[in-house]
Amino acid sequence: MANPHRAEAIAGTLLALPAFILMWLMLLGPAVAVGLLSLTDWNFGEPRIGFAGLENYQELWDDRVFWISLRNTVIYVGVSVPATVLLGLLAAIAIEGAGRGRGFYRAAYFLPVASTLLAMALVWEFMFHPSVGFVNQVFRGLGLPTADWLQNPDTALFALAAIGVWQNLGLAMVLFMAGLKAIPPDLYEALAMDGADGAWERFRRVTWPMLGPALVFVVAITAIRSFQVFDTVQVLTEGGPSKSTEVLLFTMVQQGFTFLRSAYGAAITMVFLVLTLAITLAQTTILDRRAHYG
Amino acid sequence: MVKRVLTHVALLTGAAVMLAPFILMLSISLKPPGEVFSPHFALLPTQWYAVENYTAAFTKVPLLRFLLNGLFVTLCIFAAQALTALPMAYALAKLRWRGREAAFSMVVLALLIPPQVPAIPLYIGLWQLGLLNTYAAIILPSTISVFGIFLMRQFFRTVPDDLIAAARMDGLSEWAIVWRIMLPTAAPAIAAFACLSFIWNWNEFFWPLIAVQEEHLMTPPLGIAFFSNAEAGTSFGPLMAAATVVTAPLALAFLLAQRAFIEGVTMTGVK
Repeated sequence: MANPHRAEAIAGTLLALPAFILMWLMLLGPAVAVGLLSLTDWNFGEPRIGFAGLENYQELWDDRVFWISLRNTVIYVGVSVPATVLLGLLAAIAIEGAGRGRGFYRAAYFLPVASTLLAMALVWEFMFHPSVGFVNQVFRGLGLPTADWLQNPDTALFALAAIGVWQNLGLAMVLFMAGLKAIPPDLYEALAMDGADGAWERFRRVTWPMLGPALVFVVAITAIRSFQVFDTVQVLTEGGPSKSTEVLLFTMVQQGFTFLRSAYGAAITMVFLVLTLAITLAQTTILDRRAHYG
Repeated sequence: MVKRVLTHVALLTGAAVMLAPFILMLSISLKPPGEVFSPHFALLPTQWYAVENYTAAFTKVPLLRFLLNGLFVTLCIFAAQALTALPMAYALAKLRWRGREAAFSMVVLALLIPPQVPAIPLYIGLWQLGLLNTYAAIILPSTISVFGIFLMRQFFRTVPDDLIAAARMDGLSEWAIVWRIMLPTAAPAIAAFACLSFIWNWNEFFWPLIAVQEEHLMTPPLGIAFFSNAEAGTSFGPLMAAATVVTAPLALAFLLAQRAFIEGVTMTGVK
């Protein structure tokens, strides 16, 4: 009879092996390869490959389009994340306190998360139509200025950000709802005993401080998702007009796949990866600090 | 009382904005070209044009083919993900073996990598294997779900050890324990995993756009982008009909299985 510990060790290794191999083949290996590729001069299909050191990064540094792209991505994230988080939080609190109709509201706000963004982007294109679009009709009715939102370099990026907010708001909302459920009800009762029972007091003294970790988490998730903005750009604006919606992943696909500059595309991918990791790092740092001193 | 009414007014206004694109999409998919660009919006068409629009959506492009491609691809992907993730999750949660901690750290590390990062090397690899422009090109990169491994591992840890010990006494192999003991106890987690896998892979646009150029291999998002390009913003009726058809399966599934969807998303926050 074989040693049971040995049998368990063999079984564990064998059961983990297929997933482990695939994980390296499809994810970790290629991620390492992107880093290495970014240090070469290789263009897709070329017979020879040479070491180029940091030349690609040097070129990025001097590349006007890259800086526009980075700036646009940061603006997109900077606009859509606060809006998504704030509206998601408001929706979550309002729905929790709504009583009747909670199921309907939750479904309505969450539906965009579960729908095909690409199909809905085409609907948004029509919503933003300069003459017959919903947006301009409503704005006109309210006496607000109208525009050809997706074709105007001053507004296109914000129009895309609005679509992003619409799509992600429901996600932020359900995450906040889970956070709200975790707040012990006796905290509100204690507050009521103190005589402070207004909605604002309840929010300021209990909800907000107790929601801290959920808030950090939602901000990080929303930011990571916003950094990945691509579908709407690809199908609605293709980076235009005049590069006003050029964002990182779009630039990466253009360089890496359209112009076949694999090594240069890899360098852009590395920038994208580092920014994403920075968000995760910031999130864990803030949560750790709260855990220690909070 | 006033406060409650105001809350509902605000929530209803918000819901109207959230649902407006869906309503508009359905509305336009029923209208003839002349009414689409009418200056005054009407919810219902004066002349019903649904049959023409939906017929056009299925005949101008192979929409049915796109849907079947989407179904085939998502099913293959989830089958591969479950087949590899569950055994590893069980090994990580319940078995002792050398390298377990290191393997788990790698799973956590892989969770941090956005799915677009491996794109260029994967493209090169598939090109060398001659697999670009095949179903395999769309499916292979998604066959692993580190998110699934992580989720199932967390869930498996809560399964009592006695249950596993009893199964071993009954002579079950470790492989059989994964599928006959762990799988049934983890049904809610699997449902969440399945929902997220289907949402993500049905809607995925980035990778199929890169991996596939041929029309007959296109998944629904790719197909509808192709349709939109070909029509260049002229025939909104058929385009919105196609958008409705592509969005409907997930939207209906969500409305029927809201709980699993929302729990799945809440458990993780990831896609």
